[in-house]
Amino acid sequence: MNARQSAVSRKRWMRFKGYMSENWQLYILLVLVMSYYFVFCYRPMYGLRMAFMDYNPILGFERSKYVGFKQFERLFTGPYFWPVLRNTLLLSLLNLALGMPFPIIFALLLNTLTNERAKKTIQTITYAPHFISTVVVVGMLKLFLSPTVGIVNNVIAALGGTPVNFLTDAGKFRWVYVWSDVWQNTGWNAVIYIAALAGIDPELHEAATVDGASRLRRIWHIDIPGILPTVIILLIMSTGSIINVGFEKVNLMQNDLNAATSEVISTYAYKVGLQKAEYSYASAVDFFNSFVTLVLLVTVNFISKRVTETSLW
Amino acid sequence: MQKNHASHAVKLAASDRALRAFTLIFAGLMVLVTVYPLYFVVIASFSDPNSVVLGKVIFCPDDINFKSYMRVFNHQQIWVSYKNTLVYTVVYTALNVFATMTAAFVFSRKKLVGSRVCMLLVLFTMYFSGGMIPGYFNIKSLGLLNSMWALILPGMISTYNMIIARTYISTSIPEALNEAATIDGCQPITYFLRIVLPLSGPIIGVLTLYAAVGMWNSYFSALLYIQSSEKLPLQMILREILVQSEISPNDLLSASDVSEIVSKAALKEQLKYALVVVASVPMLVLYPFLQKFFVKGVMIGSVKG
Repeated sequence: MNARQSAVSRKRWMRFKGYMSENWQLYILLVLVMSYYFVFCYRPMYGLRMAFMDYNPILGFERSKYVGFKQFERLFTGPYFWPVLRNTLLLSLLNLALGMPFPIIFALLLNTLTNERAKKTIQTITYAPHFISTVVVVGMLKLFLSPTVGIVNNVIAALGGTPVNFLTDAGKFRWVYVWSDVWQNTGWNAVIYIAALAGIDPELHEAATVDGASRLRRIWHIDIPGILPTVIILLIMSTGSIINVGFEKVNLMQNDLNAATSEVISTYAYKVGLQKAEYSYASAVDFFNSFVTLVLLVTVNFISKRVTETSLW
Repeated sequence: MQKNHASHAVKLAASDRALRAFTLIFAGLMVLVTVYPLYFVVIASFSDPNSVVLGKVIFCPDDINFKSYMRVFNHQQIWVSYKNTLVYTVVYTALNVFATMTAAFVFSRKKLVGSRVCMLLVLFTMYFSGGMIPGYFNIKSLGLLNSMWALILPGMISTYNMIIARTYISTSIPEALNEAATIDGCQPITYFLRIVLPLSGPIIGVLTLYAAVGMWNSYFSALLYIQSSEKLPLQMILREILVQSEISPNDLLSASDVSEIVSKAALKEQLKYALVVVASVPMLVLYPFLQKFFVKGVMIGSVKG
């Protein structure tokens, strides 16, 4: 009995040893990779527990007191939360509503051109703004839209209009943000649709042409269904991050005069957290942000899986 | 019957012609709207500042001169930050590409016991993160505040790019190579370094460019983690001059300019135009040559891995 048991375990041990002698190096690499994720992704996640504390950097994590949901209560009942959430959602919805169609239309139209060189050249030119940094784009906005010396207001004045304060008017912030984003990213975001269009079987187009379908009908019945899965995947991903408006550009475009519409979750967290040193409160904002992103992504993905059979995972 | 058919064909051609005309107009507008602002920045940087401010420079430069460029080139802090950005970009790109490829290689070994669980842990980080404040305290407790490593280490592996690279490795490098190498006694790390990396040229191109452009253009980590001005990257200095005007562009002027009759405000603006050009030229000159890599990356990424 005992002998048999030990024979089995010895066999297992031999198998394990054989497996390990082939794979031990892979495990070393795996440990290295995972240690990156633990130190730089999971450690901050664990740090999110400060959202449930009255964190004091002098006391540190060990001696700061847990206060339950106090920070969240403060957040949800405070005067800033709802306006900030509203700004965030409006900005990203507007950005999605204008930012999605342009690249799709551009890709569909570009795809009808038969001259490959012209196509390539137009693409290359329209990528350019994507490679300019956010800082420079906002810097250019400031130069162009300046009410006193900017070219846009010079033109408006020359046409007999009155200068417009684009950058200090809360009502115009969203439009300036979104249109400059469209300017910067339409060409680049079209790449993925152009790639999807290139993957459509040309025989479909040939058959439709023989049957007398016009180019417009072929766009409608062949091209659009062909890129629909790509569109849905991108829509899911952007919906997931709808609450995650990028910090960089908003922070650059923000000033006291447009704060009524430009204060979004990330800039708010930055201000209360790192400028006013309310660490726990700001972590509660961060936590809320990450949590909503996760829930939205899972929900939209689930719905999409049910309705269209296209999903992220 | 015959006539009917012919008129149908004519109608078709008409709708196709209309679409073609619309396409050309749309594409033309896109090109114009993209190029004109960039073109304007360039001509404004060369022109007489007063003409620019008065709106006289619209299509062609006026009274071409290079004074604004001389000021930019003489500015100490811009060059210190330019050098910093170069160093950060090179170090970050090298580490990021190597680490991302390593992770992609490990996760492309589907039979490795335990790698699936680890992959799930990795994927989770794409959808949930600690956020800004815990991230800050993480860097602080690691003692990395105000160090170049605070900008480099947190983004060492880009998970999304890693998945693209993994797709590339498992679809483009035949598994038979691995089996043959293993039979010849080749250990996984040797296989990775000698066979996988040399065969991954295109994807390494993609990763290199994503990493380099990302690092060159970002300022957020530096805003959070870097305090001493001699360590700031270029984008932070640009932010101060172009967006916040915290550093007065007057600092860029030497005494002799002040005696010039040019108005200071106009000169300020012209310096900004020149600075935009100086800061953007490296990427704008490089990308047309490198865009095939970017496009390739987008395409591999769109294949679900």
